[in-house]
Amino acid sequence: MLLNELTIKEARQKLDSGEITATNLTKACLAQIKKADPEIHACLLVCEDEALAAAKEADKRIKNGERGDLLGIPYLCKDIIMTKDLKTTAASKILESYVAPYDATVVKKLKDAGAVLLGKTNLDEFAHGASTENSAYGPTKNPYDLSRVAGGSSGGSAAAVAANMCIFAIGSDTGGSIRQPASFCGIVGLKPSYGRVSRFGLLSMTSSTDVIGPLAKTVYDASLILKTIAGRDNLDATSAPEAIEHYEEKISALAQETQSIKDKSLAGLKIGLPQEYFLESLSSDIATRIVETAAKLEAAGAELFTVSLPYTKYGIPVYYIITPSELSSNLARFDGIGWGLAKNEAKNLQEFYKESRGAGFGQETKRRIILGTYALSSGYYDAYYKKAQAVRTLIIQDFEKVFKQVDLLLTPTAPHPAFKIGEQVNDPLAMYLEDIFVTGASLAGLPAISVPAGTVKIIDEVGGEKTEKELPIGAQLIGPRLGEGMILKVASVLDEN
Amino acid sequence: MAINREEIKHLAELARLSLTAEEEERFQGQLDSVLQYINHLNEVDTKNIEPTAQVSGLTDVWRADEVNVWNRDEVESALNQGQLENRQIKVKRVL
Repeated sequence: MLLNELTIKEARQKLDSGEITATNLTKACLAQIKKADPEIHACLLVCEDEALAAAKEADKRIKNGERGDLLGIPYLCKDIIMTKDLKTTAASKILESYVAPYDATVVKKLKDAGAVLLGKTNLDEFAHGASTENSAYGPTKNPYDLSRVAGGSSGGSAAAVAANMCIFAIGSDTGGSIRQPASFCGIVGLKPSYGRVSRFGLLSMTSSTDVIGPLAKTVYDASLILKTIAGRDNLDATSAPEAIEHYEEKISALAQETQSIKDKSLAGLKIGLPQEYFLESLSSDIATRIVETAAKLEAAGAELFTVSLPYTKYGIPVYYIITPSELSSNLARFDGIGWGLAKNEAKNLQEFYKESRGAGFGQETKRRIILGTYALSSGYYDAYYKKAQAVRTLIIQDFEKVFKQVDLLLTPTAPHPAFKIGEQVNDPLAMYLEDIFVTGASLAGLPAISVPAGTVKIIDEVGGEKTEKELPIGAQLIGPRLGEGMILKVASVLDEN
Repeated sequence: MAINREEIKHLAELARLSLTAEEEERFQGQLDSVLQYINHLNEVDTKNIEPTAQVSGLTDVWRADEVNVWNRDEVESALNQGQLENRQIKVKRVL
C-alpha cells in the first residue's frame, strides 16, 4: 500500500511506532498530487517547501515522544480559508494575488496539532455552487469519471481525498458543500452543528449557516479531525461554548463491543426516514441504496420509523433568499481598496468600485449579489428576507418535533450521482435543486454527515457507444444540535473500513 | 415577469457591479426563473411565526476590548496596494 493511501488511523499507528516518517508520508502525498492533479485539478496551490518543513518539525516532535491524533498527518485546505503567508483566493479573480495576513482558527489549531498543510483546494467561487464549475480557475474533475463533476462547493477537497492526494481535507458547508461532493466522490464528509467549529478566517458566505468541517476516508478519521478543530473561539462570537467530546472514543467502544454488524450495538436507537426526502422523482437505485443502508443499521439493533418533515420542500427557496441576501452583504467588503483586484484606470471612486467588482466577480457570484440586493432592498425586505426567515422557523420546528420521536434521521445526500461537466452550468435553478436534501440541516444548524452508501449504475452514451458505469452515492445522517457524537457513532457502523 | 431589465440595472448600481449588456439580459432571464420558483414561499402561512435570525442560540457574547498592537510590517504587507501616505491609503476622487 502506498503511504498516501493510508487513513489517519493507519498512518498514526505507523508514525508512532516509527515504521514511517511524516516526511515520507508528506512526500508520498506530494508525489500523488504531481501525478494525478494535472488531470483532476483539485489543487489551486501546493506549498511543497512549507509542507516538508512542517513534516520535518512533526518528525522531531514524534521522536521526542510527543503523541497527537493529527501529528505529522498531511492535509489539504479549501481555498476559502485563510492560511497565513499563502495565497487565499476563494477561487475568485478578485483575490487572485491575495496573500492571507493571518491563519484561520481552524488552520492554527491544525498547525499546533502538527498536521502538515500541503496546499489549498479548488472550490466554486466564494462557495457559490454545487459542482466546482463556478471556480474562476477551472472545474475539478471527479476521480471516478473525469468527464463528471466532483460536486461542490468543496469539490477540490473531496476529489483530493478520493484520489489520495492527502490523508484528509478541510472544507466548508453552507448548504451542502461538504456533504454533496463527499457523496459524488465516495468519501466521508461531515458538516458539524453551526457554531461547533470557529468560523474565524473563513471568508464569509452565509453567516447564519456557514460551517467548516472535515472530508475524510473513514468516519473514525472524521471524528479525530472534528475533535481537533472544534471548540469555542473568542474570535467567533457565534461559536458554541459546549465542551468538545472525544468523538472517536464512542466509535472505538463500538468496534470493541461487536465483531460483526449483526451484534446489537445500536440497540435502543430510533432512526427516522423522512418521507419527503424519498420523492417520486428520486431514482429507484438511490432509494434502494438508502434502504440497504437502513437495513444495515437495523441489523445492528436500531429501530426504523417513517417520519414527516412537512416543510422540506421550502428549504430551497428559503435557502436561496437567505444565502444571496447574507452574501451580498458579506461581499461588499471587496472594493479593491488596499487589497484585491483593483481597476486603477477608473475615472473616479464609483467607477473604481463598479469596474473592480464587475471584473473580479464571476457570473454566479454576481447573480447572487443581485438577487440578495433585491431581497434586502426597501419594499422587498419583508416579502423576501423576513418571509424566508419565518419559513426557516417552521423548518427548524419540523426537526425539533421529529427529534422528539426519533434520535436521528437517514436520508439520501444527493438526488443523483455526479453529473457531467457542463450539463447544468447554464441553468442556475437546476443547480440550486442539487441542494434539496442538504439545505434543511444547514438552515436548522444541525450536524449532518454523508457516508458512502455504495454505487449506482448509469449508462453513458458517447458517440453512439453505450458504456455502463458505477458511480458513488452517499447516505446522510442528520442529528439534533450538537449531536455529532451520535451521528459519528452510527455512521461508523456503515463504514466499510 | 418577476424582475425586469431596469431593475437588474438598478440593483447592479446599488451593489456597485458593472454588468455588460449581455450579462444584464442573461441575468434577467435567469433571475426571473429563480424568483418565480422562490415565490412558492407565498403558499406558506407565516402569521405569528417569529423569523429566525440565527441558530447559535447565543445572545450578548462579550469579550474584553483589548488593543492588539500589530507589527507595522505585517500591517503594511496586508494593505499592500494603492498609494500609501502617512499610513493611510489614497483613493480615487469621490466627486
